[in-house]
Amino acid sequence: MADHAQAHHHEESFISKYVFSMDHKMISKQFLITAIVMGIVAVMLSILFRLQLGWPGESFGILETLLGKWAPDGVLDRNAYLALVTIHGTIMVFFVLTGGLSGTFSNLLIPLQIGARDMASGFLNMLSYWFFLLSSFIMLASLFVEGGAASGGWTVYPPLSALPQAMPGSGTGMTMWLLSMVLFVVSSLLGGLNYVVTIINLRAKGMKMTRLPLTIWAFLVTAILGVLSFPVLVSAVVLLLMDRTAGTAFYLSEIHIAGEALPVTGGSPILYQHLFWFLGHPEVYIVLLPALGISSEIISTNSRKPIFGYRAMIGSILAIGFLSFIVWGHHMFVTGMDPFLGSVFVFTTLLIAIPSAVKAFNYITTLWKGNIKFTPAMLFSVGLVSTFVTGGLTGIILADSALDVNVHDTYFVVAHFHIVMGMSAIFGMLGGIYHWFPKMFGRMMSTKLGYAHFWLTIVCGYGVFFPMHFVGMAGAPRRYYDYSNFPFLDWVMDLNPIISTFAIIGGAAQLLFLFNFFYSIFRGQEAVQNPWKSNTLEWTTPVERIHGNWPGELPVVHRWAYDYSNPNYDEDFVPQTTPLKAGEEEH
Amino acid sequence: MAGDATKVIPKEVLWGGGRSPFSVSYGKMMMWYFLVSDALTFSGLLTAYGFVRHGSEDAWPIGEQVFQALPGLEGHYPLIYVALMTFILIVSSVTMVLAVEAGHRLDKKGVIKWLGFTIIGGFIFVGSQAWEWSHFIHGSGGAFHINQEMTVAGTNYNSGEAITVTLTEGDRVFMDHHFGDLMERYQEGDNAVQMSATAESVTLLDVAHPDHAVTLNVLTLNKYVENKTTVTGAEMMKLWNAQTDQFVFGANLEVTEYAEQQGYGGFFFFITGFHGFHVFSGVVINIIIWLLVIRGVYDKRGHYEMVEKIGLYWHFVDLVWVFVFTFFYLV
Repeated sequence: MADHAQAHHHEESFISKYVFSMDHKMISKQFLITAIVMGIVAVMLSILFRLQLGWPGESFGILETLLGKWAPDGVLDRNAYLALVTIHGTIMVFFVLTGGLSGTFSNLLIPLQIGARDMASGFLNMLSYWFFLLSSFIMLASLFVEGGAASGGWTVYPPLSALPQAMPGSGTGMTMWLLSMVLFVVSSLLGGLNYVVTIINLRAKGMKMTRLPLTIWAFLVTAILGVLSFPVLVSAVVLLLMDRTAGTAFYLSEIHIAGEALPVTGGSPILYQHLFWFLGHPEVYIVLLPALGISSEIISTNSRKPIFGYRAMIGSILAIGFLSFIVWGHHMFVTGMDPFLGSVFVFTTLLIAIPSAVKAFNYITTLWKGNIKFTPAMLFSVGLVSTFVTGGLTGIILADSALDVNVHDTYFVVAHFHIVMGMSAIFGMLGGIYHWFPKMFGRMMSTKLGYAHFWLTIVCGYGVFFPMHFVGMAGAPRRYYDYSNFPFLDWVMDLNPIISTFAIIGGAAQLLFLFNFFYSIFRGQEAVQNPWKSNTLEWTTPVERIHGNWPGELPVVHRWAYDYSNPNYDEDFVPQTTPLKAGEEEH
Repeated sequence: MAGDATKVIPKEVLWGGGRSPFSVSYGKMMMWYFLVSDALTFSGLLTAYGFVRHGSEDAWPIGEQVFQALPGLEGHYPLIYVALMTFILIVSSVTMVLAVEAGHRLDKKGVIKWLGFTIIGGFIFVGSQAWEWSHFIHGSGGAFHINQEMTVAGTNYNSGEAITVTLTEGDRVFMDHHFGDLMERYQEGDNAVQMSATAESVTLLDVAHPDHAVTLNVLTLNKYVENKTTVTGAEMMKLWNAQTDQFVFGANLEVTEYAEQQGYGGFFFFITGFHGFHVFSGVVINIIIWLLVIRGVYDKRGHYEMVEKIGLYWHFVDLVWVFVFTFFYLV
């Protein structure tokens, strides 16, 4: 691997350069573009069902034009509504925030920030992307099959998901969902193995674990979580496939459909929930940790200050990673779980508040008295701190089983996880794009458009999700098609048009980003080598993409990644490759 | 790349970058992580099995009473066959160790020999599993359900004491192997099988083989769980006459004669099948590597690390079998 220098400067064909590329930088762009496309789809789906929720039963001509038989007379069909909700969640969680976020930034930053020529195995890395793309295609294609896409919610609980006759979306669409998910897991496994091994084996000389940028720590723990938790999802999904196709009864028992008893006994739908959430909870941190890592880097760079509590940050990443495996029961407090077991899960869940708070306070103390540069990336990272705290506070309420049973499966939960996991992770991802765009494409994105994008996004984001807390507290269950039959909810339903309006504006605001992104790839201002005056190794590589990342020898690392405003130096940043001065203390 | 080098290198150097901290290649490390992740897949399945078994209201079948056949032999040999399979798989792990060791010495002939034995061992295991599956699917006599509550007198199979058993409607009564085979054909409407019944006995006759008449001598209760009981004579006929037309022969993914619980067959097929799939892929990979060894690919490369990597996989598959064996057959 190490002798993959640019020395053999072979001409690459279009196919090997842009399609079946094994270069980590190109693969990261492939992941990013795919994730952006999937993200556009997922946002559009959410706007479609927000129309129904905001103005139930009202006719929108555009819906019929777009959806045809799914929206007869311009009113979204009930089953189509459920399919849209399900696929919105699935795409956002798995394809945008797992595959997209990790795939893009782990691939881009791991070799560049640890000082490696490429990933340990370029071939597996390529396979990882192609499995991801294939699984994305299958998921999108499932929207167009007979009966529509999977409709049982993104968690696809049986029996809705196990019985093809349960609802229209439980047919072919559901099977494709499961198939897509198996391929997705293969992709994430191949990627994850590569990330872990690369970080451990291929660090440049001097790059001790305690000198790694926090991005890399976050990617490392994320990859480990993925490698450990996704296989369990495979077990769960394959057993579910057997129940659907082979007549087994792993998750089914004593079920009647239309008065007719099905010949199934002995299975347990709760079993599926255990298996699913054993993945599902680490998955939350697979989504969140890379965003936290990215924002650590951005906040420190743009505050021109060392990150506060570097080791505490590493410790909290590790602690969150560990704890995420023993809290899955908090998704299942209302399944008839033994109250004692429930209280154990309450305890472990509340423990996560400690490392999370460490991170939040460390961000704030890093900002404190910093010489802050408000780049768009910095705004998004500070926005992440805000959403992380806001969403985290409702997390404490939901972690407590006594409180959770009251708001379980209501809009309160929807608000909580959209803020803490959805907005935070998206902010991390957008911040990362603004920050490393010059590294990826050699050009700068427009700052002005970036500001507009940020402010519209955060205002609309809170505009959408903050009112949802009240809707949820009033007792409105999530995933319902129409709430007008429940008089006790009438007093909060006035919030829904407001929420939907914010959703539409927020969705439209992303057009600014898309324009900025694609325009800047071709016409953006040309980037200099180190536009943010950052310490990390990726800014020591040349602006243009070269195979093997560094033209000559690999860099040698002499210090940690956060040596900003060091009084011994004239500049307010000291790249990791700068040798120690005489008498300077090592870090 | 010798492992003992780590003993003398200080930790700061090991983890200081520019080298592999565990002094292993990326490929081997990836194999390790893959195995950890695969272990989680199996844990998922085994945990699911434990969950369903624990939550089951009826008694779970006992391994020794379900798996007691040997190919070509009459009689009961509880768990002998699966023990043999396990032994063969473990021996194949030993030969794999020898292959890896020969690889360290760059002894091509040794690798070819020992890897060859490993492949044979793997084949025998997969083949044995195929036989076991086919026996499991075929079943050993089948069962019928009874249509009323009743009490019968019988003999405890293990202690030989006379006991009475109270059955409820829908309970299973098991036939013996020979009778069950013909009964299955009779039940399916095969005209070549004729039934003649008296007040004391039932006889099935295969017209094509007139000398092969089988008379029902004994019916068994609780055949696969505690208190296995045999019932003969008039008491047996009481059971026979209470039969419904619901019979179950052998096993498929939906029902098995071994257990009321659908999960039993499902998990048996799924877990042993998933493991068998691992062994089979292992055999295929072993063959590919074996051919590459013969072609001298690793001799040219100067090391046999590939053999080490598939060795890791092979030991893992072995280890998983130990768990499957323990949880499915023994416990």
